[in-house]
Amino acid sequence: MIINQLTIHEAHRLLGARQLSSVELTKARLERSRQVEPRVHALVAITDELALKQAQKADELIARGNTHPLTGIPVVIKDNMCTKGIPTTCSSRMLENFVPPYDATVVERLNGYNAVIIGKGNMDEFAMGSSTEHSAFFATHNPWDLSRVPGGSSGGSAVAVAAGETIYALGSDTGGSIRQPAGFCSVTGLKPTYGRVSRYGLVAFASSLDQIGPLTKDVADCALVLNAIAGYDSRDSTSVPYPTPDYTQCLTADLNGLRIGIPKEYFVEGMQVEVEKAIRAAINKLEELGARVEWEVSLPHTPYALAAYYIIAPSEASANLARYDGVKYGFSYTDTDSMWKALEKTRQFGFGDEVKRRIMLGTYALSAGYYDAYYLKAQKVRTLIRREFDQAFEKFDALVTPTSPTVPFKIGEKVDDPLQMYLSDVCTLPINIAGLPAISIPAGFGDGLPIGMQIISKPFGEETILKIAYAYEQATEWHKRRASI
Amino acid sequence: MKLSREEVLHIAQLARLGLTETEVDRLSEQLSDILENFEVLQQVDTSDVPPTAQSIPLQNVTKGDEAAASLPQSQILANAPRRDGEFFRVKAVLE
Repeated sequence: MIINQLTIHEAHRLLGARQLSSVELTKARLERSRQVEPRVHALVAITDELALKQAQKADELIARGNTHPLTGIPVVIKDNMCTKGIPTTCSSRMLENFVPPYDATVVERLNGYNAVIIGKGNMDEFAMGSSTEHSAFFATHNPWDLSRVPGGSSGGSAVAVAAGETIYALGSDTGGSIRQPAGFCSVTGLKPTYGRVSRYGLVAFASSLDQIGPLTKDVADCALVLNAIAGYDSRDSTSVPYPTPDYTQCLTADLNGLRIGIPKEYFVEGMQVEVEKAIRAAINKLEELGARVEWEVSLPHTPYALAAYYIIAPSEASANLARYDGVKYGFSYTDTDSMWKALEKTRQFGFGDEVKRRIMLGTYALSAGYYDAYYLKAQKVRTLIRREFDQAFEKFDALVTPTSPTVPFKIGEKVDDPLQMYLSDVCTLPINIAGLPAISIPAGFGDGLPIGMQIISKPFGEETILKIAYAYEQATEWHKRRASI
Repeated sequence: MKLSREEVLHIAQLARLGLTETEVDRLSEQLSDILENFEVLQQVDTSDVPPTAQSIPLQNVTKGDEAAASLPQSQILANAPRRDGEFFRVKAVLE
């Protein structure tokens, strides 16, 4: 038994059979973190005291017959989800000392199942970025090649799973922030339908796009975590009051009759040859498994999604981040008597470069004289993109694309070139614009670097996605490869 | 679309964001580049297309008017950079 590599369902079985205790499992994770953290820097905080307490309690509950699959299983939470009494920094100087007085709904739910929180995941500041280099504290390194980025913004969560520091993690996805790092680190990452998982207690970036989801070692684990976090929450007015199915029921590996479309616009110019090769091979595999694949499907507004996204998301961000004024919480500049000066300096020193760039971009797009040309135009293009997906899903059960046009890039390569960085989300952000669910699963390697496949379905079509992902995973070995670190 | 230094300073003022001279220059260049790329949206025919603000099939979500416990004042004030008894302390608004 290689304890570093256990999935949730494997660890759960061992805990239930008393072959392993949650305390042992947790200690092994903490030890693993001590070994690899100096090289990967995935965690902004390791909550070892709390974790051991939670593990002890979980062991007592398991001894008394508690059988929930997440009980006693270690988890890492991205550091933009509020954890009561544990700093929640968004990897920003602005919130470096912020200690939330309440738990996010997802954290409350995991605690309700007696999960073991072992740390908080590093991220691009306020989830703005695609490489985790925009963390105000340190960049996270990809365990498959330490000179490369892990993707972002949930890079810390993805690396913690890939490097065996945790069994699973929670991330958040506004334009690809779960799926892109999942693809870059060869783990499984699901962005649920907008409204499926409560955003209460998730520090807001772009409220109409943000969604929380799992990062796991395989598809079965992904279903187990979704079961735990999905569902209506009255504290999030965009939470949808639909019943939550048991997502493990769709893991049948039978694709007969499923119709899958391949949108040609996602095989973009500038896509790396090895990515295209791997994804085409993966699609052939789905066909072998019984799916009816139609190549050359067209979603003609796809090329406009990037511009629409990078107007809508920064616009919402500029409004959401107006709350950081240094009065109620967070960093505060006090070395002046002027209220306006204090406000401007608080934001100047509290925010990093990318956050400032997006606040500026969003403020511009919403300002008098430019609102119609930018924000309103982007919202109209959003309608067209959504309609196009709706039409595609009349014909197909799912769409399949690469998660990213490239394998993980070098640390430092794009950090000073915002447009190049934005392009790494080109395959994932249209999905947020339309509010759809999508997963990234391991689908191969190019020169030893991970390649992810994205599977998209209609709103609340998570079961279709998990079914296809599970079938592919069962027929391949990619998800079993581990980074040698 | 070229964004001048003056425009950058104006936007920064709207956003209440202090910037150094170097940041103003860099943002003027970077935002101009980004906005120029976004000109591509003007190619899309959006006549008769309504805007989409959010993607879920819900409207006007309201809650029942029910009393519920709120967090204790001490916890809310615990993160305050400056406080005075049971108040947040702020700079003078009127000078």
